[in-house]
Amino acid sequence: MEREEIKSILESLLFVADGPQSAQRLAESMDGIDRKLIQEVLAELQSELETKNRGVRLVEVAGGYQLRTPKNNADWVKKFLGGRPARMGKATLETLAIIAYRQPITKAEIEAIRGVDVDGVITTLLERSLIRAVGRKDVPGRPFLYATTPEFLQLFNLKDLSGLPPLKEMEEMSLPEIPGATIAIEQAEES
Amino acid sequence: MSTHVQLEIFEGPLDLLLHLIKKNEVIITDIPIAAITEQYLATLELMQSLNLDVAGEFLVMAATLIHIKSRMLLPAGADEPDEDEGIDPRDELVRRLLEYQRYKEAASVLEQREILTRDVFIRGGGSTEEAGPRGFREISIFELLGALKRVIERLPKDAFHEVTLEKITVREKMTLLLDKLHERGSLVFESLFEGVRSRMEIVVTFLAMLELVKVRAIRIVQEELGGPILIEAAAGMDEAAEQVALDEEQNGA
Repeated sequence: MEREEIKSILESLLFVADGPQSAQRLAESMDGIDRKLIQEVLAELQSELETKNRGVRLVEVAGGYQLRTPKNNADWVKKFLGGRPARMGKATLETLAIIAYRQPITKAEIEAIRGVDVDGVITTLLERSLIRAVGRKDVPGRPFLYATTPEFLQLFNLKDLSGLPPLKEMEEMSLPEIPGATIAIEQAEES
Repeated sequence: MSTHVQLEIFEGPLDLLLHLIKKNEVIITDIPIAAITEQYLATLELMQSLNLDVAGEFLVMAATLIHIKSRMLLPAGADEPDEDEGIDPRDELVRRLLEYQRYKEAASVLEQREILTRDVFIRGGGSTEEAGPRGFREISIFELLGALKRVIERLPKDAFHEVTLEKITVREKMTLLLDKLHERGSLVFESLFEGVRSRMEIVVTFLAMLELVKVRAIRIVQEELGGPILIEAAAGMDEAAEQVALDEEQNGA
């Protein structure tokens, strides 16, 4: 098969796919074309969509590849879709951050950091499939241990957990806040 | 009046402390405990007078602060002369504040990522996430309480007290607020209280505003810290207006 043909088929497969697809899965469904070749072609497709400023981009997320609209088109897409806003509150976001960086973690451990009850937030996160119980901690009461899910990676555009922005060290925390520090981290992360 | 308002933006004692520390422009590792304790307790009082649910955690922290304050008054190492002199009664609290702030910052970094259904979309994705106008930040409940306190303090302190039976409901205030917003698009926080004469009416107006935030009919934003607080229409506004009108009809029947 020609390289261009493979590229075209891959684009079709990713278009119809329901979630992120691993290179392995794509290779298997294309009669065992070498996975490395698949990855190469996907990288080509990715940069093509990028340079031509196309309306969909190929993103590596949650251990697979997925077609997503670029951020620049967000306003138009949103306007077109309309629909109810699904906002994430600060409490939810903070709890999710704690779980993401400290997983697996129990409810009591999260509460010790936040200083408030997190029952309701945990329920919301479980309902939205952003976290799941992955076991029980071997302490009295055997509380559930929570961890993030692939849906979490999808929501925040993360390839895997190692892609999480680095957490500040405790020593750095006592320094006075520098305005724009978080933005700097974000930019460094993207480049 | 027994309206209970619970908001998710309500974040707990550590969040309130960080807010006070920032407001006072002091360093976490060297908190002026007496001043901060006083402001902390004043905020709790205000919250209670609004019938906001003051969770037990807030009271536990109040006790902790008072305990630290009392220990700061003792000469260092007075009771345990052999102990390490360097132990500061504030240490444990400082550690907790730093730890909490660390995750708070991590959360805000996460929020700036390209979020699915807010910044980027996949095929068939339906729901969208509401985004605030560029350059504006959502305001915290503590900043709102601070603004409310200033409004209450501006009330004329009349020597006499006129007793009238005021019958202003939260629902009526919600309708009024929505009408004003329809007219003008956005409002400055203080203008909500124009012509308001009593403490009760201020509280009712404030609660009406919080209710509207809860149903996402309005959004409260601020362009910069300490700048004017703006109330503006949000996605759920028309729906909320209908709902309020409907409720009123039912109540009136």
